[in-house]
Amino acid sequence: MSLKGKAAAIGIAELKPWKEPPPDTTPLSLMARLTAEAIADAGLEKKDIDGFLVGMPVADPGFIYPASAAEVLGINPRMLNIVDIGGASPAGMIWRAAAAINAGMADAVLCIVADLNKAGDQKVPVISVQREFEAPYGNIGANCGYAMIANRHIYEYGTEPEQMAKVAVDQRKNALKNPLATFNDKPLTINDVLNSRMIVDPLHLYEIVSPCSGGSAVIVASPEVAKRAKNPPAWLLGAGEFSNHSSITYAPSLTDSPIKPAADAAFKMAGVDRKDVDLVCPYDCYTITVLVTFEDAGFCKKGQGGPFAAEHDLTYAGDFPCNTHGGQLSFGQPGLGGGMSHVVEAIRQLMGRGGERQVKDASLAYVNGNGGIMSEQVSLIMERRA
Amino acid sequence: MSELNRGDYRKPLPKPSPTSRPFWEAARRHELRLQRCGACNHYVYYPRDRCPYCMADKLEWRDVSGRGKVHSYTVVRRASTRSFADGPYVLAIVELDEGPHMTTNVVASPESVKVGMPVTVFFDDVTPEHTLVKFKPA
Repeated sequence: MSLKGKAAAIGIAELKPWKEPPPDTTPLSLMARLTAEAIADAGLEKKDIDGFLVGMPVADPGFIYPASAAEVLGINPRMLNIVDIGGASPAGMIWRAAAAINAGMADAVLCIVADLNKAGDQKVPVISVQREFEAPYGNIGANCGYAMIANRHIYEYGTEPEQMAKVAVDQRKNALKNPLATFNDKPLTINDVLNSRMIVDPLHLYEIVSPCSGGSAVIVASPEVAKRAKNPPAWLLGAGEFSNHSSITYAPSLTDSPIKPAADAAFKMAGVDRKDVDLVCPYDCYTITVLVTFEDAGFCKKGQGGPFAAEHDLTYAGDFPCNTHGGQLSFGQPGLGGGMSHVVEAIRQLMGRGGERQVKDASLAYVNGNGGIMSEQVSLIMERRA
Repeated sequence: MSELNRGDYRKPLPKPSPTSRPFWEAARRHELRLQRCGACNHYVYYPRDRCPYCMADKLEWRDVSGRGKVHSYTVVRRASTRSFADGPYVLAIVELDEGPHMTTNVVASPESVKVGMPVTVFFDDVTPEHTLVKFKPA
């Protein structure tokens, strides 16, 4: 059993994130706009959508959510579900959509996320075990866990602050060519990153995503439906998913992440080599996340993510194009739309719609979705056929 | 332990479950007790109903040494919640000599904390009814 070549992404929609959402905006109003735009982009009609995968908006959560959202959008799906694996949810939707299509349970699946970031700092873990054993010590929010991963990585491998900062710097160069990116007005230097405020040692402000409001959508379709799509399809070649912890405290390792089994599974299914990949879109909630992904996805040796980032040009014009939309570090993190931004960018590049930041002859992309504190991992390999 | 009797303490407090109550009750007595599996001999933290390694129904409460080392840490200079905004604090993962990892605070000057540093447990009675398990340099 394999999902190789069994479904393709044929339509995308993505909003420019807002730091402050427009008044009277709701997650469902954003989803309505995204649904219309994604269907138009694919060249389909609303009645063609018969599968529905949705992320739970933090700003408007509810039980039995998918049917209520589908009802608002006027979609009557043969398959509907919520995907709840944190920032890995969008990447997780893509292979779940392909699996449903491959099983004959749907032909065109709308994968959609939208959320509003409400100002305020009353974050409390939603997981009861973490309320009990993490929150009393101040392990609240994602910053702390990634900082501890970074400090352990520095201890084990000698990773340097400049190497981590390079990720934010190169991705900013990409963002300067992305009209939808939140931070696309001025370049960033390594000194800018290292001189920005220390938030959680060793992570500086510019190494940490900025929460925003927004959303995005992708339509995944069967080969039959893909034939009448407006865009060149971006085929799913391989997928892998893995989780081995929720809180990073109880992970088997802080530095060997569950990305490795997810990526190995995806490459095995796709039957392609790492060296054939034209661009990578790794989840980048923090700079350290990208270095660990380079290692565990097999693009460099374990522990060498820092030197690898320093030695390669990660821009759209470089020798190892990475997060050509700017990554979430420069695009912004509109809730789950942050995770979807990597998926959308890979599809956009494979469709040849990268504009000024188009990677030349991009035909094979690696995407990683990451949830929680490196807890849920989804790797995807997507291809544009010649 | 009730949320009501928290006095001036504003940070989040643990709300014990039936499974975890013996851990927190021991902490109140200034004892560090963990579960150990009678089938596979693993020490287990946080408390469980069945051993997460072998699923055996043989978890027994044992006193442990309270010694360990800093597996990793961070100095939180800007907290995500207002209740922790009262100055930098050291959040750490401590690897106990018995094996399990614990989320905790190392109470020491932030500059002195290093990965691999030996630490020893102490009990912080944050309210008359709540004791947190923290560590200090050994």
